[in-house]
Amino acid sequence: MSDSLDAYLVLSGMLFAIGSFGFLARRNAISMLMSIELMLNGVNLSIVAFGAFGESKAMAAQGSIIALMVMAVAAAEATVGLAIVIAIYRNRKTPLVDEYDAMRQ
Amino acid sequence: MVRRLIPIVVGLAVLGIVTGIAAIMLVFLGQDWEDALFWIFAAVMIGAGFMVVTMRDIIRCGLAMIVCFGALAGIYVIIGAPLIAAAQVIVYIGAISVLILFAIMLTQTKDAPSRLVFQTQAVPAAIASVVIAVVIALAVAATDWGEAARRVRLATDFMASQLFDGYVLPFEIVSVLLLAAVIGGVYLAKRETGGPS
Repeated sequence: MSDSLDAYLVLSGMLFAIGSFGFLARRNAISMLMSIELMLNGVNLSIVAFGAFGESKAMAAQGSIIALMVMAVAAAEATVGLAIVIAIYRNRKTPLVDEYDAMRQ
Repeated sequence: MVRRLIPIVVGLAVLGIVTGIAAIMLVFLGQDWEDALFWIFAAVMIGAGFMVVTMRDIIRCGLAMIVCFGALAGIYVIIGAPLIAAAQVIVYIGAISVLILFAIMLTQTKDAPSRLVFQTQAVPAAIASVVIAVVIALAVAATDWGEAARRVRLATDFMASQLFDGYVLPFEIVSVLLLAAVIGGVYLAKRETGGPS
């Protein structure tokens, strides 16, 4: 089972689907950010799997390099996203996204 | 109180079942350690992922996320990318999880966790998520990924030479992006001097 690419791809797809559900359904902004991290990890797993099951050693290295880049971008995204959430929390006193309705009124 | 324990019990039950299946595979069906470890890590990862998106207490969501990332690091080791596993542990478990836990502590209101976990669109979101999962599974099953089962073990020195040979520009761009993110995060999260709060 651990020798087939399909197993890893299905696993990464499941992680991505769980993350997408959390992103769409959770009320807390930080939960949404955590769900985004789950989705990014699912994508990362598929990238590494594609590289590791590729034809050459260079492909494995490239898959890992792209995964490292994704991790760096995810770290930057988490930093800025959490800073935005904290800034909004200072303003609105709640972390729940469905109470951020200033533009609806 | 009992309702709050339900996700934990369900998670533990799923974990136990899949661990048992892996043990049976290992002992009776004669499969090797890698398969059993793959199953265990996959079960832990998916179970912890479910706990992240469904649990009520957001601190526990953050802790479940750490478990999920740790299991994913184990899967990276099995797939033959130990450097990525190390980076996963350092970046995600070490940095991002701590950042998220601090943000949770900074944004907890005093009046208990909120009554509703999900928004009103939880059912459409669940349907969309299931559809995404089915589409991905169908695409994976319908596509011939080629005779690719011969796994390539990744040597770190080779990867380093690749990284600093052909990927220098993305590397530098990422470092500039991280610098910009640090400055932006500090700027966004700092309090205005003299303002309220």
